[in-house]
Amino acid sequence: MKTVKVYGPGCARCATTEKMVKEAAAKLGVAVDVEKVTDARSIAMAGVMSTPGISVDGKLVHAGGLPDAAKLESWIGA
Amino acid sequence: MTVETHDLVPLRGAPDWLWYVGVPVVGVVLYLLYGQLIPISEWVTALFPVARDSHTGEAIAFFVYDVPKVLMLLTGIVFVTGVLRSWFSPEKTRAILAGKRQVWGYPLAALLGVLTPFCSCSSVPLFIGFVSAGIPLGVTFSFLIAGPMVGPVGLGLLYGLVGWEIATIYLVFGFTIATVAGFILGRMRLERYLQDWVRELNAGPVGDLPEERLSLVDRLKIGVEQVREIVGKVWLWVLVGIGIGAAIHGYVPEEMMLRIMGGEAWWSVPAAVVVGVPMYTNAAGVIPIVEALLGKGAALGTTLAFMMSVIALSLPEMIILKQVLTLRLIAIFIAVVSAGILATGYLFNFLL
Repeated sequence: MKTVKVYGPGCARCATTEKMVKEAAAKLGVAVDVEKVTDARSIAMAGVMSTPGISVDGKLVHAGGLPDAAKLESWIGA
Repeated sequence: MTVETHDLVPLRGAPDWLWYVGVPVVGVVLYLLYGQLIPISEWVTALFPVARDSHTGEAIAFFVYDVPKVLMLLTGIVFVTGVLRSWFSPEKTRAILAGKRQVWGYPLAALLGVLTPFCSCSSVPLFIGFVSAGIPLGVTFSFLIAGPMVGPVGLGLLYGLVGWEIATIYLVFGFTIATVAGFILGRMRLERYLQDWVRELNAGPVGDLPEERLSLVDRLKIGVEQVREIVGKVWLWVLVGIGIGAAIHGYVPEEMMLRIMGGEAWWSVPAAVVVGVPMYTNAAGVIPIVEALLGKGAALGTTLAFMMSVIALSLPEMIILKQVLTLRLIAIFIAVVSAGILATGYLFNFLL
């Protein structure tokens, strides 16, 4: 089980990112626990300045803008 | 300006050569079409059963000409800006500004505020990221003021609709206000008016992401996505703005405009600011109004003050910043920026 966190204060882009993460996980057949972090303080503590940010198992892999679908699969699948 | 996106499907499938050919071709077609807007709009206006020189005829002509013009300009500007901004990111900007305590940190921050892509929904994490990296509060403010104030959308529309002279004046003064206001705010030692948790916060190191290598085609794609996102979001504001502009253009008598927004009335500049701050629209919505106001003889200083306060100081932005700034700090921030806007307004009413 991988833990994926999506950092974002709740803009439409962040919701889309969350959806993309779930879709990528379903496509790869990887079990993921997706957590959405919306609190500004926690977002900042994670070192994210441009949202949405994504971390996989505690490691930040993406910040700012929608992730590229192919890259997203490589982060989750790795 | 709040930039949010709906379901964006990344553009895929098109081979690289199509991008290299397609982008210039679309550019040339839009340019040629842009040159024909006056005859096209006059032709459309003539379809309406009203006299061309009546109030209604004037308003229709203004609307029919401005809508395609603004939307085309907006598309071009957002595309070019999107591509240019792909070379910048908040993380890089933070690295550049961190430790710059010298005076020229302020103009540099203002410049980067214009070039760095960020959406107002992430201004809180960005603010914390800056402050916790040791970037002085005043420099951070210069960055945050310049972003919306001297946005490329506003400048480009101003250039297209009102002329290069006023666009240049706006650029120079918007930039100066962002720099000077940041400097003054920095001198006021306002750190104690941050929300408590921000002061105590020792934010983690910014995530060390490997820098993405983008090809030129990737950057062009970013430009196109920006167009879909921003134009898709602001077109309604543009229509409303042009509608109001058309109504002013067609119906408001010039004598009345001169009385309310002329340079003679000393109170017109502060009144413009008081009206402008709570107005929530964006550059694309307000500039058609500005075009109509100036056309009717409104004083330049008053109009500039109105435009700047609408664009640079917005209530929703303040509400977002309330998470990190105390009300007192927000009040000081608004006061300092408004003072700069007032000074600009009076200066131009006095000079012209």
